[in-house]
Amino acid sequence: MSSAPTREVARRVFAREFNDATYTFKESDDERAPVYVLLPTGERANRVFVVGTLTETEDVGEDAEYWQGRVVDPNGDTFFMYAGQYQPDAAAMLRDLEPPAYVAVVGKPRTYETDEGEVNVSIRPESITEVTEAVRDRWVVETAERTLDRIEAFDAGEGGADPAAAPNEYAAMAAERYDLPVENYRRAAVDALESLEGEGTEADPAPADD
Amino acid sequence: MTESDLHTQAAAIHDQFSDRLEITVADVEERLDTLVNEYQVPLDEARRSVTNTYLDEAGMERDQLSGGGGNEHVQVADVDAPEEWVDVTVKVVDLWEARSDAVAQVGLVGDESGTIKFTKWSKSELPELEAGGVYELRNVVTDEYQGQFSIKLNRTTVIEELEEDLEVGDDSVEVEGALVDIQSGSGLIKRCPEEECTRVLQNGRCSEHGEVEGEFDLRIKGVLDDGEAVTEVIFDQEATEALTGITLEEAQEMAMDALDTTVVADEMRGDLLGRYYRVTGPTFGRYVLADDCEELTGTVDAEATLIKARSI
Repeated sequence: MSSAPTREVARRVFAREFNDATYTFKESDDERAPVYVLLPTGERANRVFVVGTLTETEDVGEDAEYWQGRVVDPNGDTFFMYAGQYQPDAAAMLRDLEPPAYVAVVGKPRTYETDEGEVNVSIRPESITEVTEAVRDRWVVETAERTLDRIEAFDAGEGGADPAAAPNEYAAMAAERYDLPVENYRRAAVDALESLEGEGTEADPAPADD
Repeated sequence: MTESDLHTQAAAIHDQFSDRLEITVADVEERLDTLVNEYQVPLDEARRSVTNTYLDEAGMERDQLSGGGGNEHVQVADVDAPEEWVDVTVKVVDLWEARSDAVAQVGLVGDESGTIKFTKWSKSELPELEAGGVYELRNVVTDEYQGQFSIKLNRTTVIEELEEDLEVGDDSVEVEGALVDIQSGSGLIKRCPEEECTRVLQNGRCSEHGEVEGEFDLRIKGVLDDGEAVTEVIFDQEATEALTGITLEEAQEMAMDALDTTVVADEMRGDLLGRYYRVTGPTFGRYVLADDCEELTGTVDAEATLIKARSI
C-alpha cells in the first residue's frame, strides 16, 4: 500500500533518546521536503507522539505569547515543547492546563542551536490533550517496544560483515553521526518499564526472570 | 474499433495459448488488426479466426480451451496485482451509480474471501448483472488504483449465472493505535442534498451543484498511529455518536450557541486525541470505515516487554 500519499508515522521515543537526536536532514533538495531528526537508535522522525506528565508551563515570549511546556517521562527526562501564534490550539492548551497533568502530545521535532553551539531538541506541538494515567502507561510499554525494535534492527545492521546484507540506512547514519551507544536507550526502556512494575502490581510480586 | 480493444482481445487470446505456443501479444494483435482493419471483418469473427489458427498450430481442440481459457480461478482477496487475467465466482453485493457513460455497471462483488470493486464497460455489451445474483465471471482483468484492486469485465468476459448462493466473506480489518489527528472535514458537516450526491459542502458550496441548502451530518476523519504505520479511519454519523456521545442534534445546538460549526470538531479533538483505540470495519480505498470502535483503557502488561528489554 505504498502508492497512496503517506502521512509521517509518529515515532515513539523516550526523552533521553529524543534529546540526543540533534542531527537533522532532508531526503530531497526540495525546499518543502520534510525535515527529519535522526534518532540515535537508527530511525528518522518527522513526527512524534509522547505521553507524560506536564510539570510546568511558562509564557517565554517577549512581544507575543510563546508558551513553553515541560513534559516528563517516567525516567524523569524532559521533553520541551514550544507553541506560539502559529500553533494556537496547542498554545491555548499550555495556557489553560494546570500542571501536574498527564498529557498526550503529537508534534514535530525541532532543533535549535544555542549561542554556545549546543543543539537543543524540542517539539512543536500539533495537538495537546489531557489524558489518564492508563494512557500514559500504555504509551510507556509501546514506546519501550518500539525502542527495542529499533535497537534490534540497529544491532542486526551492525552485526553483518556484508554491508549489502542488512541495509539499515538510518542505523548506519546514526553510527556515523553519533557517538552514542544504543545501550543507553535500552537502559531507558528498562528503567521506564520498571517504574510501571513498581507502581500498581502489589497483587503479584514480580517473578525473578533473570 | 479502437486499438485498446484489439489489444485487450489479443492479450486474452495470447493468455489462452501462451503456455503452448511461442507467441507474443503483438503477434496476436497484428493478426487481429489485419482482419479487422484491413479486411473489415467483425471483431467477433476475427477473434474466432485467430483462435482457430492457434488451435491448429497447437494441435488442440476448441473444448480444451476452458471458457476464458486457462486462467487461474482466484478468490477476490487474493487479487494482488494489476493486469492479470483471472476467473472468479462472485455474488453481486452492491451496484453503484455509474459516473460515466463509458461504464455500464459498477459496484461491489464478493466471495468467501471478501469483496472487490468491479467495472463493466458499456462498449463490452455484456448482459446485466443483478444485485444478489451469483455469477461465474471468466476472463476478467485485474486493475489497481492507489493500492486498491478491482476487476474489470471486458468484451471477452464470459458471464454465467449460477443457481447456488454464495456466502460473501467479511473483509473487515482490525487496527489499533493512538488517535493522532482528526482531520478537517470532521465534526458537524453539511452534505449536498441533490439526489445521489451527498458531497460534503465547502463554504456552502457543492463542487458539482454549486450553492445549495446543505443537510447536516456528523463524521470523523481520523488517523490511528501505532508508531509503525498510520491508518486513516472514517466514522459515519452512527459511529461518531457512539464514539463521542455527541448526537447530531446536540452538535447542531453546540454550533448554534457558538454561531460556528467548528466548535464541534474542536470538542471532539479534546475528547479523543491522544487516546488509544481499536477499530474494526471494512476498508475502502485507503480508509477503514469504522463499524466498531473500542477505547483501549485496560491496564497493559509491562512484564513481557521488560523481559525482552533485559534480554537483548
